[in-house]
Amino acid sequence: MLEKNLVYIYDAAKHPFQPLDEFKQVIKYRFLIIQLLRRDIVTRYKRSVLGIAWTMLNPLGTMIVLSVAFSQVFKTTEGYPAYVLSGLLAWNFFSQASNASMVNLIWGEGLLKRIFLPRTSFALAAIGTGFVNTLLSIVPMLIVMLLFNIPITLTILFLPVPLIILAMFSLGVGLLVSTFAVYFPDVAEMYQIVLTAWMYLTPIIYPEEILPENISFLISTFNPMYSIVKLFRIPLYFGRLPVFSEWFFPFVISLVFLVVGWFVFVFRSNEFSQKL
Amino acid sequence: MAEKIILNDITVSYKIPSERISTFKEYIIKSIRRQIHHRQFYALKNISLEIMEGESFGVIGHNGAGKSTTLKLIARVLAPSLGRIEVRGKVSPLLEIGAGFHPELTGRENIYLNGALLGFSRREMDEKFDSIVEFSELNNFIDAPMRTYSSGMWARLGFAVATDSQPDILLVDEVLAVGDEQFQQKCFSRIERFRQNGTTIVIVAHSMETIEANCTRVCWIDHGEVKYIGAPDIAITKYRSSQ
Repeated sequence: MLEKNLVYIYDAAKHPFQPLDEFKQVIKYRFLIIQLLRRDIVTRYKRSVLGIAWTMLNPLGTMIVLSVAFSQVFKTTEGYPAYVLSGLLAWNFFSQASNASMVNLIWGEGLLKRIFLPRTSFALAAIGTGFVNTLLSIVPMLIVMLLFNIPITLTILFLPVPLIILAMFSLGVGLLVSTFAVYFPDVAEMYQIVLTAWMYLTPIIYPEEILPENISFLISTFNPMYSIVKLFRIPLYFGRLPVFSEWFFPFVISLVFLVVGWFVFVFRSNEFSQKL
Repeated sequence: MAEKIILNDITVSYKIPSERISTFKEYIIKSIRRQIHHRQFYALKNISLEIMEGESFGVIGHNGAGKSTTLKLIARVLAPSLGRIEVRGKVSPLLEIGAGFHPELTGRENIYLNGALLGFSRREMDEKFDSIVEFSELNNFIDAPMRTYSSGMWARLGFAVATDSQPDILLVDEVLAVGDEQFQQKCFSRIERFRQNGTTIVIVAHSMETIEANCTRVCWIDHGEVKYIGAPDIAITKYRSSQ
């Protein structure tokens, strides 16, 4: 009578390789991740009159404020509102998704103590939500580009590549901060401060040309978001295809973060049910 | 009768800092000053036990003795540091009432979300949906957001989702407190039916009355070690005399 997959055997002496096992469980629990993603999106819009339009208006509002404030300062940047908005979309994806990974995990603590589910589900759902929100935000982005005479070219078909790289990086960072947040409650607050500082160290609201050469060198070398945001802007705002180094290095960095985040999180996650 | 749960020489241990460190800042400062010392903490030490099909197995002990850790091992949320564990069959935990529900979602949406958390697929949930609604007696409210539900309604829906299909193993942490007395009776009779149909039940409770009334065999755990396994009355007497 008993189905074979219902037998759970765990032997501490010869257990499966955990990072791989977690991946298999994620595939098995895909319905859960879809449900969590759906919950995040539905609950965000349910009680607001604007509904789904809010996703599009939110970055647009920030863009308008920034444009009013900085258009004169950064006169040389062609179509400054489009420049800012394209940067904001990429940044918001990263900051919101990595933050939501942590918040979701803390929300799920009661469950993690009692029922088995892949612990990365919460982070994966957060990244999925960020992905959907960003896709929706591309619509107002295109309108802004039209308004400010930035040509829309077919290179936007390349956008899935930067989006996937952003998702990988956000997941990696999200898993790392989630792990710390389990042990230290103050990490959640500190991460907000880190995100704010990090945003100002990334050319989002200012053109990178204004940076002095030595600082520009430091940022482009040590801030992974620099090249990731740039890669997002290239097919959209700059209307061209990236050269090899422009997509390859962000890809490798994101992959490294993803693998490190996944391993650290998975190896630590067995303790979560005792710590949370 | 076949074994349903086998814990073989299980040890659960982890490193804990010798003094409590509650913030990341504190951690950084203390680790720079090299003030952090860890010690090995044993939640469970060389535990072996077998739980048979159809048993109602109770676990008793002081706070922190290792009762919840044992339940976590069986529920698969914790892997042991040493030893081997085997659990045969679908495990269903009775969740803290309402864990996993979202107030903004409707009852219908929450049934699917909760089912997904319990590891069911969409197809399985489609099949279970009607009987869940029927048992919870929420027909007229199922498309209303759950924030409009009373706490009794939350509890009913939670219980209905968790116990819709008969599990092979049911984990009960503490006494069941669901809604009004009439519904509580309904829950108990459902658990009783599971028991008669061969579900293995593992109960962790502080109340000795609950244990005595429901368990066929009891394990007393103290400081992470099994002190006694056997008849409920003997286990309870031994546990009480140790206090």
